[in-house]
Amino acid sequence: MTASAQAPASPPKRSARRRASTARKLVEDRLLRWAGILMLLLALASLAALLYDVFHDGWGRLSWAFLTGFPSRFAANAGIWHALVGSIYVIGLTAAITIPTGIAAAIYLEEYSVGGRLSRIIEINISNLAGVPSIIYGLLGLGLFVRWMNLGPSVLAGALTLALLVLPVVILSTREALRAVPKSLREGSYALGATKWQTTWHQVLPSAVPGILTGLILALSRAIGETAPLITLGALTYVAFTPESIWSPFTVLPIQIFNWVSRPQAAFAENAAAGIVVLLVLLLTMNAVAIVVRDRFQRNRIV
Amino acid sequence: MLPRRYRKPAERVIESALFLCAAGSVLVTVGIIAVLLVETVAFLREVPLTDFLFGTEWTPAFLQKQFGVLPLVAGTMLTSAIAMAIAIPAGLLIAIYLSEYAPSGLRRVLKPVLEILAGVPTVVYGYFALLFVTPLLQQVIPGLSGFNALSPGIVMGIMILPLVASLSEDALRSVPNGLREGAYALGATKMQAALRVIVPAAFSGISAAAILAVSRAIGETMIVAVAAGQQPRLTLDPTVPVQTMTAFIVQMSLGDTAHGSIEYKTIFAVGMLLFISTFTLNLASNWLRERFREEYA
Repeated sequence: MTASAQAPASPPKRSARRRASTARKLVEDRLLRWAGILMLLLALASLAALLYDVFHDGWGRLSWAFLTGFPSRFAANAGIWHALVGSIYVIGLTAAITIPTGIAAAIYLEEYSVGGRLSRIIEINISNLAGVPSIIYGLLGLGLFVRWMNLGPSVLAGALTLALLVLPVVILSTREALRAVPKSLREGSYALGATKWQTTWHQVLPSAVPGILTGLILALSRAIGETAPLITLGALTYVAFTPESIWSPFTVLPIQIFNWVSRPQAAFAENAAAGIVVLLVLLLTMNAVAIVVRDRFQRNRIV
Repeated sequence: MLPRRYRKPAERVIESALFLCAAGSVLVTVGIIAVLLVETVAFLREVPLTDFLFGTEWTPAFLQKQFGVLPLVAGTMLTSAIAMAIAIPAGLLIAIYLSEYAPSGLRRVLKPVLEILAGVPTVVYGYFALLFVTPLLQQVIPGLSGFNALSPGIVMGIMILPLVASLSEDALRSVPNGLREGAYALGATKMQAALRVIVPAAFSGISAAAILAVSRAIGETMIVAVAAGQQPRLTLDPTVPVQTMTAFIVQMSLGDTAHGSIEYKTIFAVGMLLFISTFTLNLASNWLRERFREEYA
């Protein structure tokens, strides 16, 4: 009797255990999902906290006088005009150097190279350069441009350094944009008798423009936020004038922010926050322009 | 238009010009190594290599100069370790969520938003670490100094997180679907499939992401220069001020270091050490990623 009572009892017991373990698995399953969501929310919350903190601290300091003012020993009189102009100078020159060189290099690697050993070395080299810390580029600029070529800590030396820094980014993103252009477009052009360069210049490049542009803006917005390589170059942290030519000494917005944030007085921290707001608005504008331009190019495309 | 295609020489000139631009990138690497090497050799003529690598006192700006780099290495390792403790687990969890759980619409929205985190200038993160995170942490940890390794480490982790998440997600998504389906067919839940099949299958891709993240943390400059304090100290205590290799280079560059002086050479010697460590890590990461690609190509 005990045996017959136990025999039917044992399967339900096992299935109950199985049911319990299935339930546990499902709970665990949800746990992993929620852990992922939690981490995402934390990341987004820190972004929100950063933005809130900066805007909260800096909003009160923002004014026309702040934008057009020059540095001062008194936090309340200090402005960022010199740094803003310096940043625009340096980034403009960086763009002028890096855009043609980067696009040319990418065209060679993507359209011309036949995949020889030399091209392979160049490719590996570029991806390695992309991983070199920015401050090392600062040391390169200091040794090569500032001392050896005797350019001094000038706008030109800074722009050359930043150009080398973002060059791998420009090359890699341009290559990706070129790779996305369908092969049939090139073949059609060749079939009409166009040479390689005609095909590249008149067909491939125009249809790759949206992708190239996005990469360029990304690269330049990285350059505009760079601080360490320019400090290493010897860019000044206290400059009371705007650069007059590419030979002038200069300061840029991130360096001015660094200068203010490393002072102990709270009033200067407020200035730093206001400077950050300007920097972030500048970055946002650049990215918005990129999106608009890319959009327009895509709409104008026939295909 | 037609006659232009007969101008062969022009075509050849263009091709050579393009080639020069591409080959110029090799010169950048040569330039970096040459500049670092020249000054480092000059530095080592004055300071023996063993004193530099194994010395425990770093006081190049003092009258009594000591050039033991270990305090800077310790500072770098400490802040990087804290950053990794944040970035790797959180980045991997986000990657698993995005690749295995999230609907594709949500993923398309979330990825660019995460990219914003990676696009914020580092000096802004420095401000955030010094004036937001540190005061916040001081309410929880009473003994926390105003400059410390903990707060910049955490903020660096947040900055690097998108890199880990995005590269790991790429690795997870390139695991063939057959493996997923096989796991589900055996009755695995999503979590079992993710943790026991897909993550192990993508392991070399994920390690490549993690190693790249370490390299990024070691080379990160402004966050630690602003918020870690500028005191070289051989310690693993995250609550006191430390100095990293990168922060030292910044500190030295802010002062007026005369060309040819030992202080000038020092920043290149430290830079060389930094370059060698990040370069080795990047090579390891590339090697792992190549191997991973071969596995599932």
